[in-house]
Amino acid sequence: MGGMSLIVRRITEIVCGFIFMYGLYIILHGHLTPGGGFAGGVIIAGSLILRVLAFGSGTESERMLSKRIPKLMSVGLLIFWGAAFTGLLMAGIFFLNAPIFGLGTPFHLLSAGLIPICNIGIGINVAAGLFSIFLAFAAVKYFMEE
Amino acid sequence: MLIFISCIILFLIGLYAVVAKRNLLKIAIGFCIMEYAVNMLFALIGFKSGAIDPVITKVDMPHNFVDPLPQALVLTAIVIGVGTTALFLSFIVRIYEKFKTLDVSEIKKLKG
Amino acid sequence: MIFLPLLIALPLFSAFVIPLLSKLWKPFAPVIGNITTFVLFIFSLYGIAAIQGFPMLVYKFGNWPPPIGIIFSFDAFSAFMVFVISIIVFSGALFATKYLNHYTGQWKFWTLYMLLTTGLMGISVTGDLFNMFVWIEISAIASYALVSFGIEAEELEASLKYMVMGEIAGMTLLLAIALIYAKTSTLNLADIALSFQTIQYSKFYWSILALLLFAFSVKAALVPFHFWLPDAHPAAPAPISSLLSGVFIKVLGVYTSARFIFNIFGLTRENAPFFFNILVGIGLLSIVYAGITALSQKDYKRLLGFSTISQVGYIMLGLGIGNFYGIAGAVLYILAHGISKALLFLTSGSVVYVTGERNIEKLGGLGESMPTTAWSFRFGALSLIGLPPLIGFFAKFLIALGAIKQGFLWLAIVAIGFSGVTLGYLLKIENNVYLKKNGVEAKEAPFLMRVAMVFLVILLLVLGIGYKPLMDFVIQPATDALLRGTEYINLILGGI
Repeated sequence: MGGMSLIVRRITEIVCGFIFMYGLYIILHGHLTPGGGFAGGVIIAGSLILRVLAFGSGTESERMLSKRIPKLMSVGLLIFWGAAFTGLLMAGIFFLNAPIFGLGTPFHLLSAGLIPICNIGIGINVAAGLFSIFLAFAAVKYFMEE
Repeated sequence: MLIFISCIILFLIGLYAVVAKRNLLKIAIGFCIMEYAVNMLFALIGFKSGAIDPVITKVDMPHNFVDPLPQALVLTAIVIGVGTTALFLSFIVRIYEKFKTLDVSEIKKLKG
Repeated sequence: MIFLPLLIALPLFSAFVIPLLSKLWKPFAPVIGNITTFVLFIFSLYGIAAIQGFPMLVYKFGNWPPPIGIIFSFDAFSAFMVFVISIIVFSGALFATKYLNHYTGQWKFWTLYMLLTTGLMGISVTGDLFNMFVWIEISAIASYALVSFGIEAEELEASLKYMVMGEIAGMTLLLAIALIYAKTSTLNLADIALSFQTIQYSKFYWSILALLLFAFSVKAALVPFHFWLPDAHPAAPAPISSLLSGVFIKVLGVYTSARFIFNIFGLTRENAPFFFNILVGIGLLSIVYAGITALSQKDYKRLLGFSTISQVGYIMLGLGIGNFYGIAGAVLYILAHGISKALLFLTSGSVVYVTGERNIEKLGGLGESMPTTAWSFRFGALSLIGLPPLIGFFAKFLIALGAIKQGFLWLAIVAIGFSGVTLGYLLKIENNVYLKKNGVEAKEAPFLMRVAMVFLVILLLVLGIGYKPLMDFVIQPATDALLRGTEYINLILGGI
């Protein structure tokens, strides 16, 4: 799949980082506002997909990312699993919101126990997963045009 | 009540597409329609007129929320739907590579 | 009770860690897969011991009490299903370790295998409706991908058929869940059962039951909805065929429908004889139609696929008879058919591994060159037919006894008589593959594959000879758990 025109590339260069940051914001504030790991992860995957659409697939940075994607998904899932398992280790209850870092004050960024950690894990996994789905289909299209 | 029935009609339209259409992509679209019909039904079940969205941003807020549970269920169902749709589309791509067609009636290498 | 969350936490952990570490050390995936399934087998034995004397163990996730939070409700029937799952998953993992030498991308297989195991375990212990749907979808998606693991044209076609049918069933199930939630405003199974008591026998009640039973009978491949199974199960790699035929359709189709009919909807032979006659009819149709179709098959695995449909018909027949003996027979049949059909599919895998051929007319003379495989096949077949010292006999005997006690003498005669048809199609394999003398060059299957088959043969013998303790400690409590009916509600909601 080839890239797009110069205007699209320049705009993408400017916008892409902001979309990525917005995704991070949604993930990190998942326990305070609507959204969370899944929504933020989708936005991050969107920013990566935008890059591939503008610059074409097969670039060096994309190849580097796609090699690490299965590992990133595993890391995200293991973070989530670890957060759930902490409760089992501490009190014998799976998925307990164990206060190992304290529960914090409500409505502040550092609060809600382990939920932000779960959100980060889900966010990494969803971003990597959706981007890899896109890459799989993009690669197929490339293959068929040849 | 009418609104629930219209969801079920939408579900049946999707089912019709899956059962009667021959093109694999149309079958995939039929699955999406079925899934969205059920998701919409879930969202409508949780709806209450005049209620606010179920996000607590202050300590003492009025508690007339819409039912938040169906929204969580819809989110889960959407995630599952993304997974099945992606898998189905990847089957379609692979089948197109092997059979060079998307017509279901021409995909019959298995006997019986 | 800490083993209950570990039943799903352990295979999930293995599934997540395999993609991360299998690049570093290649045999990591099979090693951790085998360890996980072995630990699950130990846990399942512990579960059976833990349930003795207790009607129900309730595990609250995140310490939320039942109608609010998700719970695991573990009664004797769940313990029994976990036992069956772990046996077949363990032997399948042992077998797959060597069998997968044909394939590339082994770690993907093991990740999906672990997810499939997680899903099956989750379905059989969960006490929450939506949670059950999520486990069903997880195991179903993993199985779609595993059926097409070889990505040949036939496998993709089979998997496509399977996926279309499976997803129609899944969406119907989701629709039923939405309607149940609209009516009862709860997702806890016991709480739903409580709400259903007030609307029993209304139009809504029956239509929900119809939707659910449609979904589950597609998953269980009962006869009007069976046509995907003879394509899908043979297309998969042999350990997956044995897992799908041995336990997958029983958990997704039979366990779920039995749980809903007896415990949630509170139906019994006495208060809904018409409905139970429908179950008997469906079961009988499956036995007769699929049994006769199997006689004309030429493909080793496809024949076994038709045989599975026919044998699942026996389980539905036992449930439909609806008295103690019938249900106990059905429960025992889940175990007996699970082990013997898994064994038969493993022998087919071992034949395919050695010769690369599935058409039984082109095979022959393997009885001498592959003695372990041949004798494993014979034991599995004899158990499926119902020969006395093996476990299959007792299952068939109990179903026939139940039918006679209920006054259906003809039903008992048909059920026993169709053992003859079972004998017919299994003899066809025996004659063509193992006895006939047109020397196909072959040597015995690798050691680990033989171990997996011998493990299942030993279980068939041990469980058959130790029928009395098996009945006392496993089957009878499981049957009681079903016959307890809507007392299920008090066991879950009463304790809080």
